[in-house]
Amino acid sequence: MVLDSKIPGGGLEEKWTKYRSNVKLVNPANKRKLEIIVIGTGLAGGAAAATFGELGYKVKVFCFQDSPRRAHSIAAQGGINAAKNYKNDGDSTWRLFYDTIKGGDFRAREANVYRLAEVSANIIDQCVAQGVPFAREYGGLLDNRSFGGAQVSRTFYARGQTGQQLLLGAYSALERQVALGNVQQHTRHEMLDVVIKDGKAIGIIARNLVTGELERHFANAVVLATGGYGNVFYLSTNAMGSNTTAIWKAYKRGAFFANPCYTQIHPTCIPVHGDYQSKLTLMSESLRNDGRVWAPKAKDDKRKAADIPDSERDYYLERKYPAFGNLVPRDIASRAAKEVCDEGRGVGATGLAVYLDFADAIKRLGKPVIEEKYGNLFEMYAKITGEDPYVTPMMIYPAIHYTMGGLWVDYNLMTSVTGLYAAGECNFSDHGANRLGASALMQGLADGYFVLPYTIGEYLSGEINTKKISTDDDAFKDAENNVNSRINNFFSIKGKLPVDHFHKELGKLMWEYCGMARNSQGLTFAIDEVKKLRDQFWNEVRVPGAANELNPELEKAGRVADFLELGELTMRDALHREESCGGHFRTEYQTEDGEAKRNDEKFSYVAAWEYKGEGQQAALNKEPLVFEAVHQSQRNYK
Amino acid sequence: MNLSLKIWRQKNKEDKGGFKSYQVQNISADSSFLEMIDVLNDELIRKGEDPVAFDHDCREGICGMCSMFINGRAHGPMQKTTTCQLHMRHFKDGETITIEPWRAKSFPVIKDLVVDRSAFDRIIQAGGFISVNTGQAQDANNIPIAKHVADEAMSSATCIGCGACVAACKNGSAMLFLSAKVSHLALLPQGQPEKSLRAKKMLDQMDEEGFGSCTNTYACEAECPVGISVTNIARLNREYLSSSFAGD
Repeated sequence: MVLDSKIPGGGLEEKWTKYRSNVKLVNPANKRKLEIIVIGTGLAGGAAAATFGELGYKVKVFCFQDSPRRAHSIAAQGGINAAKNYKNDGDSTWRLFYDTIKGGDFRAREANVYRLAEVSANIIDQCVAQGVPFAREYGGLLDNRSFGGAQVSRTFYARGQTGQQLLLGAYSALERQVALGNVQQHTRHEMLDVVIKDGKAIGIIARNLVTGELERHFANAVVLATGGYGNVFYLSTNAMGSNTTAIWKAYKRGAFFANPCYTQIHPTCIPVHGDYQSKLTLMSESLRNDGRVWAPKAKDDKRKAADIPDSERDYYLERKYPAFGNLVPRDIASRAAKEVCDEGRGVGATGLAVYLDFADAIKRLGKPVIEEKYGNLFEMYAKITGEDPYVTPMMIYPAIHYTMGGLWVDYNLMTSVTGLYAAGECNFSDHGANRLGASALMQGLADGYFVLPYTIGEYLSGEINTKKISTDDDAFKDAENNVNSRINNFFSIKGKLPVDHFHKELGKLMWEYCGMARNSQGLTFAIDEVKKLRDQFWNEVRVPGAANELNPELEKAGRVADFLELGELTMRDALHREESCGGHFRTEYQTEDGEAKRNDEKFSYVAAWEYKGEGQQAALNKEPLVFEAVHQSQRNYK
Repeated sequence: MNLSLKIWRQKNKEDKGGFKSYQVQNISADSSFLEMIDVLNDELIRKGEDPVAFDHDCREGICGMCSMFINGRAHGPMQKTTTCQLHMRHFKDGETITIEPWRAKSFPVIKDLVVDRSAFDRIIQAGGFISVNTGQAQDANNIPIAKHVADEAMSSATCIGCGACVAACKNGSAMLFLSAKVSHLALLPQGQPEKSLRAKKMLDQMDEEGFGSCTNTYACEAECPVGISVTNIARLNREYLSSSFAGD
């Protein structure tokens, strides 16, 4: 099958401008008749739903939380990139574009990334107009900082809560449209299937999580903005409810799943403390600006950090990467920590941690300076671990943070199913094999405020004569029956093991064999193990309660069942990609000094997986990545 | 640690509900309060009993979803801490812990510890925004805002909308929540044109939802997990007063 990315012609710099000038329009009277469903209310979904409402479409928005304001975009700390060049330090649309495509290890589409860089400046304007209280300088103008190793200061931020403030901006815009009657809001609802008729998405089946009722909703277009699938690893920095269900249902209805193996591991998270750990907390990577990472030189060294003299400490990042030291990119820092712990030199109760030590920085700069820079992070660390990082070095370990892979979309953000769109983290489009810091918020809002509102018109302008399809149609009935029988299945198993048991086991397999370092042997083994685990799940899981009530265990069962399938696909994708790039590191493909070795000749493509039916292996479709504007170079941080 | 738990169980909105006692063993002092409930639920499911329903999501103190009333206090004994960031090291081995849902007329219980906070969304819908459509914005630096003003607006804007202020208030008032949003927007020049009308509309909605009035006990401020200050309420009152002069 040929994947048509529908990239407009012309030079890179003029594609989006030309597209916008030529895109088909829908007149206001027709907009009122056209219905759009948006699933998810994070930055991408919230922004899209609000903007569709402003444009005059009839919008329905759904989220599983009790309010749209709780979507996990809210937890983003660091900031949002924009090529404003307010600092006069040489930033430009081109530089932001180039940094993003290089950071993604040349595995993203040029045209999409360029458009992202182009609209980045509009996002800041829009958010300020909404009242987002970004950090300011004394002169009253917006402050910027550098982030994630960028050579320019292009990151806008609101203390350590940038995601929260941007989300509350989108949420307020959305609630305004709800009040105006342009958007109908359905909270505590979960999408459990996409309804498709004659090859087009025509609606969804949703479960009202309070009453358990299944609902049918028609729409002329369906937008999925449901976030990443990092929770396939069980422990991650995602929220507990973050899941793959919506995009997985879409996949099973014909939307291709692209590059699932591109998952990002963040090096500075608070380590796991025990079996009942439910999630991992990220500590901003800005800490690596002043903290020194080390582990004991000796194996199984149980002494307290303070009792280990300097000569017996291994500052391994400084040793291995003298040029970048503690500031190497996320993937490299993460892998190095894993290697040290695999050698038995990890610290803490579990041996799965390394030190991030501020003693030297405190000596050099004084405690007040460190306090001003990192006070809130130190406080958060102390709250969670009960230890004072001013006195004892922090312990950190890598954790799953972001998923670059997701539903395949064309330039319009439409999936391979007509009328079905994917925006934000749940699509694959902009970050290639690795995402740079402060780019996730940028992409979510770009898709929601500035891309989809144009591109969806291209499709909907052709739908003005399509008659509304009744929710009594067989397509709706069949989809609802499927959802219903699956729910009944869960209750009929009556096994002995809670859903979490299976989720944790899956997480262990994913982390061990499809985490920071992967190889053919491990992946082949783990694919079999996941299949066994899935079989065991469908025979031994226990879902308590009933379908017609608020039932968090039932919700979890549905999500974990989907993760058990996605886990296998992720591993298959990792197995087929015989190269190392970005977040995907195959131990067989590395340079002599242990760095990632890309294979541009064979793997410079998007792997778009196509569902072939229950029990069948997914089929691989390839979208070749063509680089016209940039040259695919190798990254080097030594 | 071993603990006795007294937890509010209520099957649904109509059910009368009541406390039920549970024992949990070998809880790690490093686990969070919600992880302790996870352990309990794991045991209940394995025994074939109904697990305790509770709201939670990000588990890093920012989404505002978690909402437990622990030993008579919203989000438990630690100041400026959400339930998900409360750790078991702050409890004593052998202690009995009482866990209830938020108690407020405007937050009806849905099940066990889960309450309906959609009234907060409706208050925001009444006016908690700046009326600007996507694409209408001027360049962001065309509106200079003094640093101390932006910082103050940010402090008000950090409200996570959890509802602890309502649960802590003897009148079940939502004034702290509402005033944080009114202040955030009124402090900024972008929010000026609508500021009086906004305050009035949001207050009217608060009354309509059945929240009580503010009698200045400041329990809300004491229990707020992100430290929203009651000075916001003074600011709200000022905006409301000016709206009665302005008319609309």
